[in-house]
Amino acid sequence: MRIPILRLERTLLVSIQVDLTDNDAMQFQSDLVERVAEIEALGVAIDITALDVVDSYMARVINDTASMVRLLGAEVVICGVQPFVALTLIEMGRDLMGADCAFNLGQGLEILNTRIATRGDTRFNEDEDA
Amino acid sequence: MPELLVSERIPVRIATDIVIARRAARELCERLGFGKADQTRLATAVSELARNVIQYAGEGVCLIEDRSDGVSRRIRVVVEDQGPGIADLGRALTDGFSTGGGLGAGLPGTRRLVDEFQIESAPGRTCVTIVMAKPF
Ligand SMILES: Nc1ncnc2c1ncn2[C@@H]1O[C@H](COP(=O)(O)OP(=O)(O)O)[C@@H](O)[C@H]1O
Ligand SMILES: [Mg+2]
Repeated sequence: MRIPILRLERTLLVSIQVDLTDNDAMQFQSDLVERVAEIEALGVAIDITALDVVDSYMARVINDTASMVRLLGAEVVICGVQPFVALTLIEMGRDLMGADCAFNLGQGLEILNTRIATRGDTRFNEDEDA
Repeated sequence: MPELLVSERIPVRIATDIVIARRAARELCERLGFGKADQTRLATAVSELARNVIQYAGEGVCLIEDRSDGVSRRIRVVVEDQGPGIADLGRALTDGFSTGGGLGAGLPGTRRLVDEFQIESAPGRTCVTIVMAKPF
């Protein structure tokens, strides 16, 4: 199971539709960090609208992925956490999901764009000046 | 006429069985008229337990049963394996304790999600029983 990574200028979109096995998760994480580095992505949106269950294992996979992307210097937003998934995650333990979230992909992209704009990425500014 | 109670036995051997088991639990939950919150709680609990089986015991089984009576609807799930057992149950039930590099939220989290939680473990056998209940 390979997760497609879509590119929208300097932003990457990924949508997790099913549970990832350990191997799937590792493949996905290495695909994503490689792609982020390759295009020097400024933002990554991870959409999990399709997940109706997020257990502690999947929560860790999602968090770790977000942390890796952040380490490279890109902004990350998790999009589309289902209401009952949020409820269950908090009941299970306070800090299972630590990343920034948005209602949906659209709002996630808005958040990313705002952050990228205020952050003042060097290449971003150069492009604007050119 | 005796009531027809549902009972489903799902082998837990590979990662995809986790999804099969939790989906079966959710479906029964929905069929018995539990709300979406309870459906998600039970599905997540089953996911945690089945994942532990694969991660720490290799394989096991998940038994999902309708145990409703005149007073309440009840779903009982028993997840059992013949693995190494849990050396220190007290610690395993503590938030953040993991021997497998996990978040250590599986067992303590599951306990909080369900109405009844019981665990027995010894070398050669671990058995977790959970119940989701709701008065009629
Ligand atoms: N079925 C099992 N057989 C043996 N050990 C188990 C089993 N389930 C849980 N454990 C032990 O209990 C610990 C805590 O489990 P859990 O709360 O699910 O957290 P995690 O899976 O993140 O480690 C595990 O790290 C493992 O040592
Ligand atoms: Mg676990």
